[in-house]
Amino acid sequence: MRSVWALAAVAALSVLTASTTTRAGEPKQGGILRMYHRDSPGNASIHEGATYSLNVPFMPVFNNLVIYKQDEPQNSLNNIVPELAESWAWVNDNKTLTFKLRQGVKWHDGKPFTAADVKCTFDMLMGKSQQKFRQNPRKAWYNEVNDVATNGDFEVSFNLKRPQPSLLALLASGYTPVYPCHVSPGDMRTHPIGTGPFKFVDFKANESIKLTRNPDYWRKGRPYLDGIEFTIIQNRSTAILAFVAGKFDMTFPTHITIPLLKDVKSQASNAICVVEPTNVSTNIIVNSTAPPFDNVDIRRAMALALDRKAFVSILFEGQADIGGTMLPPPHGLWGMPKDMLESIPGYGPDVNANREEAKKLMQKAGYGPDKHLPVKVSTRNLAEYRDPAVILIDQLKSIYIDGELDVVETANWFPKVARKDYMLGLNLTGNAVDDPDQSFYENYSCGSERNYTNYCNKEIEKLFDAQSQETNIDKRKKLVWEIDKKLQEDVARPIIFHARAGTCWQPYVKGVTVMSNSSYNGYRYEDVWMDK
Amino acid sequence: MFAYLVRRLFLMLVTLFGISIVIFFLLRIVPGNIVDILFAAAGYVDPADKANLEKELGIDQPLIVQYWHWISGFLRGDFGYSYVSEKPALQEILPRIPITARLAGLALLFSASIGIPLGVISAVKQGTKLDYALRVVSLSGLSLPSFWLGLLILTASVAMFGQMPIFNPNPQTWLEAFATYAVPAAAVGFRSAALTMRITRSSMLEVLRQDYIRTARAKGASDAAVNYHHALKNAILPVITVIGIEAAFLIGGLIVTETVFNIPGVARFLVEAIRWRDYPIVQNLVMLIAVVVVFANFTVDMLYAVFDPRIRYTD
Repeated sequence: MRSVWALAAVAALSVLTASTTTRAGEPKQGGILRMYHRDSPGNASIHEGATYSLNVPFMPVFNNLVIYKQDEPQNSLNNIVPELAESWAWVNDNKTLTFKLRQGVKWHDGKPFTAADVKCTFDMLMGKSQQKFRQNPRKAWYNEVNDVATNGDFEVSFNLKRPQPSLLALLASGYTPVYPCHVSPGDMRTHPIGTGPFKFVDFKANESIKLTRNPDYWRKGRPYLDGIEFTIIQNRSTAILAFVAGKFDMTFPTHITIPLLKDVKSQASNAICVVEPTNVSTNIIVNSTAPPFDNVDIRRAMALALDRKAFVSILFEGQADIGGTMLPPPHGLWGMPKDMLESIPGYGPDVNANREEAKKLMQKAGYGPDKHLPVKVSTRNLAEYRDPAVILIDQLKSIYIDGELDVVETANWFPKVARKDYMLGLNLTGNAVDDPDQSFYENYSCGSERNYTNYCNKEIEKLFDAQSQETNIDKRKKLVWEIDKKLQEDVARPIIFHARAGTCWQPYVKGVTVMSNSSYNGYRYEDVWMDK
Repeated sequence: MFAYLVRRLFLMLVTLFGISIVIFFLLRIVPGNIVDILFAAAGYVDPADKANLEKELGIDQPLIVQYWHWISGFLRGDFGYSYVSEKPALQEILPRIPITARLAGLALLFSASIGIPLGVISAVKQGTKLDYALRVVSLSGLSLPSFWLGLLILTASVAMFGQMPIFNPNPQTWLEAFATYAVPAAAVGFRSAALTMRITRSSMLEVLRQDYIRTARAKGASDAAVNYHHALKNAILPVITVIGIEAAFLIGGLIVTETVFNIPGVARFLVEAIRWRDYPIVQNLVMLIAVVVVFANFTVDMLYAVFDPRIRYTD
């Protein structure tokens, strides 16, 4: 009898031990993730912003219908998983996308989530509802959506004007959270309510953003962290020093430039750092509506004069990518293969030969060693704009173009570009989703607000639509390559390089995945935990 | 004295009215407004959205109407709402004032407590090695920009102690609370201390050559009594003037120091508000600073009478 009691005691103890301890490598619950934030976002409403300064702190507050798998670095149609939707189906000849919604999900204020919230969100995004966003920068994403219809409380359908397989990719972006119907857009800017793994606590402009664990999160056992605290530090040197000193568990994502990364590694040798493409291209916007760049020969000469490798080696110590509009492989899904890229004028490896050809074009246009073309190169007053602009000016000298740097304050940059008050501009273009639909329509379609150069080619527009409707990935890829090649040959917006940047975290931070083909989609943070 | 006070107060009001006009119109001369910035950040312009937002914020109204709304609100204590955070401007400004005030106060304290004694020593020991060493220190204080000094302190702290004294909103110990303000105050106050030291030295040298100092020494007064009781008391007026002016100029130094040490004070907040063209914040904050500066100057003038019995304000 005694031995039976002893056995029972041992069994009870072992059960207790197993339930209270965690095996090495298994995620642990608890802890506040401390991260610095590079900037003070204007507000807390993801739908009203166009910077990842918003996505990083506020994406954990929300859920989408679907989302890119958060533990896979490369976003693609193949790794989209349900979130507020439980499943989806394309019906009606791929013109209707229907989602079955998750039941029992609650907003952070306790109200139930239903299909009406999904309809509200997308009606507002399409400009069809009474309530309006102050700003709606991604309205064009839903140009092909006729309407969003509910079928009961837990089913919703997107009815399209024509098939658009990439709609799912757009819906999976960090830029596409579902908002609650019962909270006004104004309140969402100051106190966002979501269904996500973390609840909003506080946002003090220029100071901090605080999130706390959502104990009622529909995904049981998540999130692991008790909260996330962002301290806003705009001075990069101070921020990085603070990370090195251990004041932060993680740097702001993709905030560390390649040269600074060496400093971090030398001062905090235990830190884990990764370098990934940001899917932000540095490109040249050319005002082809006014002299001298209304002359196609001068535009082509300029494109031929570019030594892209020099940009990459000076600014990124060789760690950046050369490509066309779409992010090049292997990280990018739609970028042209190397041989195709190198067949485009200006992309060939022989820079001197390219420049000789460029000089001939310049001479044809009436310029030469005795008659240089004076040009203003306008750019924003930010280091990531100014530095490549200076290199560009230096390279243009080799083909008789004398560039003068025209630095424009951020407040004046877009109005200046929009009224075409520039000759050449050095610009950065970020892509929220690695998908041609987002990039082509936004930046190159006739009449698009972000088509800063007014490039308009009806033949290419037809190809945009053709690739957009194509459901076969391989066929679509070939169409995309063809379009991209044509855009570069037309000097629509010459792409110089695609940037890479570093992210670091302390060794005890686990479960972080930095996305490799977008800087906008990987911040749900429900799988992040701390081994402390 | 009463008539003088009334005249000074009237002049202060006129000055503040002038300042309010300058602040308001200078801000409108700067290209771009909050709407431009918001749409620039979003990379698109929808003219209808833009017009709606301008109407919502009231920046579509004639300038004179906008000025009247602002200044009448300011006088009533209604500072309006921040364009960016959409919170009451006063609610945004008030919590930041004590932070900057503490920092500025400590910086001035550092400036006076280091600058005045070292200035006296430098003057008394004129021509000695100590004097030369102190003059080098003061020159370096005037030459080193506070942002550089701040970064140097941060880098050295991390390299030497593995710690850095950036702002901690919830200090656990007295030492932490002190470090939060003392190090940045020293960084920004170093330049001010150097200036105070130089002014004290030159003023002391002038006074030490006066007849009444020689008389005091002839009567057998101790060096300490001569230097600190007779000489310093008479040499202090220009130093007070400089400290008063420095208090106003300190805001410039604090902008960089608050940025480098990540202190959420009004100085950095003001720069951010200017960047966003957040008119309600900028106008009200600059106006408050103007009020403080004008009153500080008034106080300094009144202090002259306290420190120098020969000065009496009469009608």
